[in-house]
Amino acid sequence: MLLIACPYCGNRPETEFRCGGQAHIARPADPAALSDEQWSGYLFVRDNPRGVHAERWNHVHGCGRWFNALRDTVSDRFLETYKMGEKPSRTESTEAGSTPVKSTQAEARA
Amino acid sequence: MLEALYRTARALPLGRAAADPARSGIVIQPAGAEARFALRVRDPGASAAGLPLDGPINSVRGDDRRWIARLGPDEWLIGCDEAEADHLPAAIAADLGERAHAVVDVSHRNVGIDVSGPLAAAALNAGCPLDLGEAAFPAGSATRTLFGKAEIVLIRRPGPEPRYRVECWRSFATYVHGLLVEASLGVGETARR
Amino acid sequence: MAQPFRLSRGGRIDRTRPVRFTFNGRTVEGFHGDSVASALLANGIHLVGRSFKYHRPRGILSHGPDEPSALLSVDRGPGRIDPNNRASVVEARDGLKTLSQNHWPSLEHDIGAVNDLLSPVFVAGFYYKTFMWPRTFWDKVYEPFIRAAAGLGKAPAVPDPDRYANRHAHCDVLVVGAGPAGLTAALAAARTGKRVILADEGPEPGGALLHDVTAEIDGRPAAEWLSATLAELDSRENVVLLPRTTAFGYYNHNHVALAERVTDHVANPGTAPRERLWQVRAGEVVLAGGSHERPLVFADNDRPGILLAESVRVFLNRYGVAPGRRIVFATSGASAYAAALDAKAAGLAVTLVDLRTEAECGPELARLKAAGVEILTGHTVVGSKGTKRVTGLIVAPVDRAGRCGPRRVLDCDCVGMSGGWTPAVHLFSQSRGKLAYDERLDAFLPGTSAQAERSAGAAKGTYDLAEVLKEGFAAGAAAAGSDERKSFTASPTLTGFKPVRAMPTDADPTKVRAFVDFQNDVTAKDIKLAVREGFHSIEHVKRYTTTGMATDQGKTSNMNALGIVAGQLDKTLPGVGTTTFRPPYTPVTFGTLVGPARHALFDPIRTTPIHEWAEAQGALFENVALWRRAWYFPKAGEDIHAAVARECEAVRKGVGIFDASTLGKIEVVGPDAAEFMNRIYVNPWLKLEVGRCRYGLMLKEDGYILDDGVVARIAPDCFHVTTTTGGAPRVLAHMEDYLQTEWPDLKVFLTSTTEQWAVIALQGPKAREVIAPLVDGIDLSPAAFPHMAMRTGTICGVPTRLFRVSFTGELGFEINVPSDHAKAVWEAIWEAGQRHGITPYGTETMHVLRAEKGYIIIGQETDGTVTPDDVGLAGMIAKAKKDFVGKRSLARPDVVASGRKQLVGLVTDDPKLVLDEGAQIVDDPGQPIPMRMLGHVTSSYWSPNCSRSIAMALVADGRALQGRPLHVTTPEGFAQVTVVDPVFFDPKGERIHA
Repeated sequence: MLLIACPYCGNRPETEFRCGGQAHIARPADPAALSDEQWSGYLFVRDNPRGVHAERWNHVHGCGRWFNALRDTVSDRFLETYKMGEKPSRTESTEAGSTPVKSTQAEARA
Repeated sequence: MLEALYRTARALPLGRAAADPARSGIVIQPAGAEARFALRVRDPGASAAGLPLDGPINSVRGDDRRWIARLGPDEWLIGCDEAEADHLPAAIAADLGERAHAVVDVSHRNVGIDVSGPLAAAALNAGCPLDLGEAAFPAGSATRTLFGKAEIVLIRRPGPEPRYRVECWRSFATYVHGLLVEASLGVGETARR
Repeated sequence: MAQPFRLSRGGRIDRTRPVRFTFNGRTVEGFHGDSVASALLANGIHLVGRSFKYHRPRGILSHGPDEPSALLSVDRGPGRIDPNNRASVVEARDGLKTLSQNHWPSLEHDIGAVNDLLSPVFVAGFYYKTFMWPRTFWDKVYEPFIRAAAGLGKAPAVPDPDRYANRHAHCDVLVVGAGPAGLTAALAAARTGKRVILADEGPEPGGALLHDVTAEIDGRPAAEWLSATLAELDSRENVVLLPRTTAFGYYNHNHVALAERVTDHVANPGTAPRERLWQVRAGEVVLAGGSHERPLVFADNDRPGILLAESVRVFLNRYGVAPGRRIVFATSGASAYAAALDAKAAGLAVTLVDLRTEAECGPELARLKAAGVEILTGHTVVGSKGTKRVTGLIVAPVDRAGRCGPRRVLDCDCVGMSGGWTPAVHLFSQSRGKLAYDERLDAFLPGTSAQAERSAGAAKGTYDLAEVLKEGFAAGAAAAGSDERKSFTASPTLTGFKPVRAMPTDADPTKVRAFVDFQNDVTAKDIKLAVREGFHSIEHVKRYTTTGMATDQGKTSNMNALGIVAGQLDKTLPGVGTTTFRPPYTPVTFGTLVGPARHALFDPIRTTPIHEWAEAQGALFENVALWRRAWYFPKAGEDIHAAVARECEAVRKGVGIFDASTLGKIEVVGPDAAEFMNRIYVNPWLKLEVGRCRYGLMLKEDGYILDDGVVARIAPDCFHVTTTTGGAPRVLAHMEDYLQTEWPDLKVFLTSTTEQWAVIALQGPKAREVIAPLVDGIDLSPAAFPHMAMRTGTICGVPTRLFRVSFTGELGFEINVPSDHAKAVWEAIWEAGQRHGITPYGTETMHVLRAEKGYIIIGQETDGTVTPDDVGLAGMIAKAKKDFVGKRSLARPDVVASGRKQLVGLVTDDPKLVLDEGAQIVDDPGQPIPMRMLGHVTSSYWSPNCSRSIAMALVADGRALQGRPLHVTTPEGFAQVTVVDPVFFDPKGERIHA
């Protein structure tokens, strides 16, 4: 079970969350202006990287907030979580880090 | 005769029977009829209707009879006496003025169960995956979380004694209460004997 | 004489507390503190089972969790029979019944032992090679045969009556293993004040210190040091010490699963759960799980009485049991010398055979010689004698080239063998850490960490006691964020061994059976054969030969198997690699994993405030999502058809009462509420008047229908939204998602009110008459309160949001009242309705009535690929809206293309035939297979009001096929149907406005 740092509540167990797939895909302002191909790209086409992936998570059984996270799809490590509308502090696709995850709920809240 | 039912005889799903399973040191007590409101507002200010809105997320303020738990950046759960229920939304609205907000009566949606005793946290941890230790979940904490397969709001009442309020939705109350009772049976028994 | 092999003194057993249990019906006496294995050995019982494939007599190999052979069924009463318990870890206690497995008619005389004579047949891959042809034999002959032969022990036949508990726990430092390394780790961590959990699978913490009777730590006997250490740990409130608790799974982000065996060792458990699953989230983990000894691979190395050398030592010192009186130790390393010294000290006849030459040995040689033990260095073991108990070990001198000299038989009744040590890296590997091969130690050790953990002691390949203590302390301190270090003085440990894969032999290696994997009866020649046949990957060899599989997962066998494969392939060990270590480390009961989630606690069973009333009325219930809904209300003698027919008729002719409380409800509030609704639903909302309702249809962004429901405008800035029963959480999540992530500028708040409001649906021509006397503050007249209106007032004095809506096509009301008052209101309506013949109806009748009207049900007429137009609801779409969720997709090429499946009605030529829902539809049943399928039946019922069967279906271009005959599959063949409009009853819809 993953440990996920909700930007509002701190570290919480995975079961309180729901994953919402790839992040930073804004709904087009004027969908009618899009070609079929552009629209299907928005609807269906997603990245599936081996490595760092920006994805949406919802703390559905907690504060209810949606937020974004950078997760390494190989190690399942979360590099960072940040609120909706914010940008991650790291932009490069960092190599799967070797620093072990260390945190308890208590520490995240401290 | 039927008119008299309103506000006087709510048929609570769990009744009021307390369980102290096998003298385990845990008292599980379904709460009586209370009023609850879900308050949503984005720029809350300091308080409304005397209820503080500036507490941190996942904290509760007030006392056993009138409390407000902040569950998210713009969400609070309020508990109070039924007698106050008719006036509270208007009082909150008056204090919030022009600020967009929602006060929704959820008195009948929510069921409260009070859990106390030295092993209360251990019993709650049978279904709740959170760290309920002193540092992580001190008195005055409140959060939405899970208890087994049910969503709950878990409140640790202010004060040195471990006293918790579990709030769940009405139709989950039988399950939540049942799992609490089951979890408290032999909760203090260990393999070390 | 009882316990003839019990030593007169020594051991950690309590000789004042005798215990009695049975083994195959025979009473066995032991002492409190015994394992079943030690008690059996105390009574001279070595033969405890038959091997899996060859049914060879097998004994007790080990004292610990790695035991592959001594697997017993443990019977603690009805429903409490567990197969495949390791005798070495089951604690002896009064009343226990143990049974050996895998034999018939008895352990002593086993017909299956004929397999042993046929062993040349049962080579690696026997099943794959044999059970191939003819194909007709696969399921009739081979499968039953294999199933009958497979498996060990019998599963219990009745439900498990025990209780199982679950506990989520958090700590700063979790220490796995309470041997010397784990103890000092816990000590160091505990002294920092951090929260520590120390778990050990044994009944008593101490690990190897429990049987090391000669070692000293810091100038005092190890046992004294152990007591003092435990006392300190016990005195600290920040330490949780869990004996009888196995850490069996290491998951993501330091989530470690432990199985605590709470009561198996006590006769009267009381209210305590049998076992408890601990789900520990640890800041840091210290892995101090020790190591496993390797057997030696030589011909007939599996006879009862042949044990691991360290296990002989454990039985002697910890349990005060002599596994034999004449013990031969066979070894390629130093640690067996310690066992031999202790055996000698216990007064037993001891000989030691060492594969190593004198020059290769360390100080252990001189010490054992000084004790007066005969030592044969430079000797190999080429076989053993005996059948149900070893009677002799056949040894021979061997030179550097592996040539054997003359054989010699060493008479004995017990052999202690040691082929070196394998650190228990299971949990480290499960944590996704990378293993590193250490040639000096001939072992895979924890290498690069993937999580916040560290290993210490023998689990890390450190075997010297002083080093182990120091390393454990350092690991515990570091895990707790302290840089404190501590050195210990301790007696030197005899370490070092010469790796050997299979003992050199003078026999034809293709003829002898030298077991590598005792549990699966895999021999060295099986593994060599597999490699010759082309299985070069260790994962393939494992599956082909079954080495390393089953309950012990190869704890004793993996390194030997790996070494043999490497030898055959002329590769290094790291070149071959290891198989994957997966949870659980040792077997875990299903009960522990399931915990309290059984029966009523398996899943929440959601019931409405009306549930008890419906139960009292004899309703049958059906599951809808987690809800239990009244399905129908049979009267005496009625089946479902009769009851539903009566209920259907009652609604159309009089009045029916239905519990619709499970409908999802969401209060949408805020100045931008109408704009939000406009974006979420296909319908227009801005101009909906307060007090009016609208049937809302909601799409996903892909244009397919997500949910539907009636929505009422309570106030300009407040909507009362209803959803389907099953869709409530999904719809709320969908709305929240858009609100938070796409339109955070909208001032709108969503609150689930599903359970705040109970909903009493009153449907039928007499509905108004029934509630009229109960309602206050609402003008119920048709002109003042038309269809699709909502009014607030009171009913029976209870505040209500009264909807005039209908899912039946009749005049109807949905009475929303606060849940805790719902039963009283329901009963008042029930009372008032008696003179109108009020009839309660359930979900089945609700389904039929709506189907008569052609109303769709989400999830029945829709399946996530259905657009509004597909189900004839394109008219709901607000054409003037520039955008709403899903709008753009309605112009997608595949959505506008012809040939889409459209909702139609079907009537069967035979009016009595009720089609199967899901049945496929074709045009011409005479066409060749595979036929072109036009669609499927989505709903099908007997309609009492139409006096015939009716069905709805999704059919390609169906609306253009009105009046056309089609054919639908039935269990008896094709049935002819005619395509019709899906509204079967009151097509003009006049009744609803009554």
